[in-house]
Amino acid sequence: MLIRKPAEFRYSDITPKEQYLNRRRFLAAGSAALGSLALPFSALATMKLNGVTKSSFMVNEKLTSKEDITHYNNYYEFGTDKEEPAKNAGTLRTSPWTVQVGGLVNKPKTFDLDAIMKMAPLEERIYRHRCVEAWSMVIPWIGFPLNVLLKQVEPNAKAKYVAFQTLFDPKQMPRARYGGIPFPYVEGLRLDEAMHPLALLTFGLYGETLPNQNGAPIRMVLPWKYGFKSVKSIVKIDLVEKEPPTTWKLANAEEYGFYSNVNPERDHPRWSQGSERRIGELFKVKTIKFNGYGDQVASMYTGMDLRKNY
Amino acid sequence: MWKKILFNPWTKRALFAVCLVPAALLVWRGFEGRLTANPVEFIEHSTGDWVLRFLLITLGITPLRKIFEQPLLTRFRRMLGLFAFFYACVHLTMYLTFDQAFDLKGIWADVLKRPYITVGSAGLLMLIPLAVTSTAAMVRRLGPKNWQRLHRLIYFATLAGVIHYYWLVKSDVRQPLMYGAILTLLMVWRVRMWTAKKPAAKPQPAPVGVSQ
Repeated sequence: MLIRKPAEFRYSDITPKEQYLNRRRFLAAGSAALGSLALPFSALATMKLNGVTKSSFMVNEKLTSKEDITHYNNYYEFGTDKEEPAKNAGTLRTSPWTVQVGGLVNKPKTFDLDAIMKMAPLEERIYRHRCVEAWSMVIPWIGFPLNVLLKQVEPNAKAKYVAFQTLFDPKQMPRARYGGIPFPYVEGLRLDEAMHPLALLTFGLYGETLPNQNGAPIRMVLPWKYGFKSVKSIVKIDLVEKEPPTTWKLANAEEYGFYSNVNPERDHPRWSQGSERRIGELFKVKTIKFNGYGDQVASMYTGMDLRKNY
Repeated sequence: MWKKILFNPWTKRALFAVCLVPAALLVWRGFEGRLTANPVEFIEHSTGDWVLRFLLITLGITPLRKIFEQPLLTRFRRMLGLFAFFYACVHLTMYLTFDQAFDLKGIWADVLKRPYITVGSAGLLMLIPLAVTSTAAMVRRLGPKNWQRLHRLIYFATLAGVIHYYWLVKSDVRQPLMYGAILTLLMVWRVRMWTAKKPAAKPQPAPVGVSQ
């Protein structure tokens, strides 16, 4: 692309959201009256999440704007430029959605998204989010701890790791072929990391369901690790015995390790991890080990050389 | 007809204006708040792209001149090269100001430690003598032979730029490879010219530093 096109005109620039939502409702009512099928717009819009409780996991820092959180994304299945996922992820079908949970568990099961969302009260948590590319955000996520779901399937004594698999459908994700990394995107955690109360199974942000480009309809958020560990659009979770393969490690093991804890002492071979740019600000700030969550998570790694186990 | 157009001083002025369009677009986007969520990175990437594009266009002048037998094309070469230098200066200024906040120790550590910064800064340094010696007076002072020899640095500067870009991206290497392919093409053409020329009798005086 030689000359970047000016950002596309959005209808929200001219029509307030309430108004166009009303119009959609009107259209929907009209089409329902005509006895036609489901309304075609519903898949595109995010919906308000009700009954969200405040939690004590709140970072007291300025929130990154919703516009930035939803228009500056790494989601290579929808393009490798940061602005591309917001433009292209409209093709992702998020309903119906199931997550298959199995492996070394007593009660393997495939859950509907709705069933998962009812397992525990939804909490709002304001987390720092640190990308391996040295930028960061502060995001109000909505979800509950992953351990709620894992306990339902009862991991057995052999289970040591959790493996995640995200959706890969070339029809919905035609740009994935340019990603340069293998798909489906897979990730993993040690079982204790997965059971940690900070590990958030996430369904929304800023009070609404996740926009497609942010990993709808269900994703992980692991605030003490680099962002690429926090998988999007999860379809499968397996309890396993050995360290599972992870996508960026498969692509480049020297640069991206299994743990990928935020660690300013261990530079990425090609760039410094000592500082980061908070989106919305111009100058960089120092990066904190474990992204500032050391009090909660450091004990999981005692005795480990985190420069070697990066 | 082509000769007339190429010779017309307004052609050069128009080209000058066109070369400023990428910078103007950035300023305009800035006023409109459309420099994405990460304006610093956006400007760095955008100006970096334009450095490579201008270098490659500059390197394309000689082949175009020869293939289409339009020696007057050389009139634009210096300006195009200087625009590459201009965008490189903006690129560097963004890095020094916002990525490093002029922390000299940090900058030096970056140059030593990060191969993509090392090769990028090497390429940028190579452009400085080229910009400095771009005036007609400097061509005279150096003499055309030396001048030409010195200005072969642009091959290495462009190569450094392509490698810098290639080493920076995480996995989607389409763009840097495209620039690399264009550079390869331009160099293959040159090598073939150089090797084909040798037995030929008349050494053609290169139209170096032709000014208006």
